[in-house]
Amino acid sequence: MFKLWATIVKDVKILTRDKVGLTLMFAMPVVLALVITSLQVGTFELVNDNKIPLLICNKDTGVASKQLIQALDKAGRFNLQTTVDNLDAKQIGVKMNEQNALVAIVIPTNFSEKIKAKATDVSGKALNDFGVKEKSNSTSSTNLYAITFYYHPVLQSSYRQSIQGGLRAALQLVESKQILQTLYFSLNEKPLPKSLEDEIVTNQIRIDEVPVSKDGSSAIPNATQHNIPAWTIFAMFFIVTSLGSNLVKEKLSGSFVRLKTLPTNYMVALLSKQITYLGVCLAQVVVIFSLGVWLFPVIGLPALNIPHSIVALIIVSIACAWCAVSYAQCVGVFAQTQEQANGFGSVSIVLLAAIGGILVPSFAMPHSFQFLLNISPMHWCLQAYYNIFLEGAQVNDVLKNIIPIILISIFLQIISLGQLKNKNLL
Amino acid sequence: MSLALEINNLNFKYSEQTKNCLENLSLQVKEGERFGLFGPNGAGKTTLMHLITGLVSFKEGSIKLVGNELKQKNKTINNLFGFVPQDFSFYQELSPVENLNFFGAWCGLSKTEIKTRSEELLETLNLTDVRNKPVAKFSGGMKRRVNLAIGVINKPAVLFLDEPTVGVDIQTRHAIIDYLKELNKNGTTLFYTSHQLHEAESLCTKIALMDEGKLIACDTLPNLLAQHKAASLEELFLTLTGKAYRDSDV
Repeated sequence: MFKLWATIVKDVKILTRDKVGLTLMFAMPVVLALVITSLQVGTFELVNDNKIPLLICNKDTGVASKQLIQALDKAGRFNLQTTVDNLDAKQIGVKMNEQNALVAIVIPTNFSEKIKAKATDVSGKALNDFGVKEKSNSTSSTNLYAITFYYHPVLQSSYRQSIQGGLRAALQLVESKQILQTLYFSLNEKPLPKSLEDEIVTNQIRIDEVPVSKDGSSAIPNATQHNIPAWTIFAMFFIVTSLGSNLVKEKLSGSFVRLKTLPTNYMVALLSKQITYLGVCLAQVVVIFSLGVWLFPVIGLPALNIPHSIVALIIVSIACAWCAVSYAQCVGVFAQTQEQANGFGSVSIVLLAAIGGILVPSFAMPHSFQFLLNISPMHWCLQAYYNIFLEGAQVNDVLKNIIPIILISIFLQIISLGQLKNKNLL
Repeated sequence: MSLALEINNLNFKYSEQTKNCLENLSLQVKEGERFGLFGPNGAGKTTLMHLITGLVSFKEGSIKLVGNELKQKNKTINNLFGFVPQDFSFYQELSPVENLNFFGAWCGLSKTEIKTRSEELLETLNLTDVRNKPVAKFSGGMKRRVNLAIGVINKPAVLFLDEPTVGVDIQTRHAIIDYLKELNKNGTTLFYTSHQLHEAESLCTKIALMDEGKLIACDTLPNLLAQHKAASLEELFLTLTGKAYRDSDV
């Protein structure tokens, strides 16, 4: 035990005297988390909280267009900005830029008349079917002028479709109201009472939203909750540049020759490095998470909500840290030079981060790439953190989540030890 | 007198080589001797030292260290010897005390033993004033003394030294040689290789010459000089090994 302790003391001293290495291990992920969160916070807020800025150019003077605008306003999703009614496509683009509107619609001239015509046509056909009215040879057109929808190219297809869905719902409401009024008038020769109209049109079946989480919480993911765990995992794995090259340096240095002649197994040195760097990784977790909790709100970024189960958080952090240490150790064991360890180490970490959903969310990846997720240990680490932060996973849940992380770590340990044995170093 | 080192019929070649690096080598070093092994580059001196210290494993022949068979690969045998490699074999980021603490622990010494022994060695090798400074900042001579101190921290029965004075000034060389003699007086057997033949003349009580993996001479210096009618170790060396370059295969 004294040998292990003396080795840990030696490793910690060497580590703490490498100021550049320490800076890289702590400052780099802090800066990354800060910068990326600041950049992404707008996007996350757009999706989660903010109303979508919608520019309306209404060329119609009738009631239906006013009803449409009212319906859009009532939907609560849009921040409506009306503009003068005589703009062409180019001017709309300029206006959108001026008013920071991501989408714009142009309601065409005679929109209300066309809605009314369609309502008359549809109700007439309905009454014919009921036998209330004689069939006429009317073939009046039910084609409406299209509503033109302008959008900023930055908007992704799925998000655009979601906005269009809101727009269609509002249009449907206006059309339905008009058809109902016409039908009622044809049958009763008096206007549809307001109360009945509200009963039929606006009193829709409610949809109750229930977020499904393991602890019943309803935390909404924001940029901080994605970026803090993601960049903490990245930082943990980035210790490959320190631990990997440290192992190679020791292998190539005279000290390794002496270690092999001493009556102590090299496993003690490996164990010491694992414990030391496990400590480094956990310190990274504490530092980066603390910034998320205390610094981010001060500088206007969303605060990190620490999950209810701290024990689960500690278990996941230790599992992720051990996986990162095992990976770095494996790179260090196989690399022949420090350049190899640093070069391969850092490039492989960026690649594993990319395919593991750290740089790009996994759901945004092409389907053909998604199978690659499974080979990235960072993916499993991120999933384990997501389960705690977003689904409120408890200790029992995380034990299942960390199985892939532990299996990958054991695999990396086995091939490292195999290589050391093969090279007669153990 | 019992044997500190006994090598019998040792054959060895590296896996990538076709020719044996050591050829049927047998050698005996008595306890308390100051044994010097010399030879041109590529003669097999470092390989032999690596085999004796267990850095490289072998299949043919036997090596006994203080009566213990080396082939058994038992790590406890490593407690019997100390090794001072030619390269600086310590952590440059650490101070002499920190290096001694770490390597002392790996030799199996207790905290108290390490403290006592470290104080002794720092004092003897004149490193007390720089005991807490990182070794990276030391001169070549100071680093050599740190290298030596670590090699003897466990008071080994046999000390293997691979060119312990290479690249140091005259003062440091004398200090190191004097210290080695002192160590030998206290019972440590020395097994030494070097290209510093003048230094060897004053240090070694027995000399062996190796060439192309074979032992070509082994006796006390006066006997060898008399046998080969040479005036110095250098002359004897050139007589037995020739003047041609001995560049090893690359």
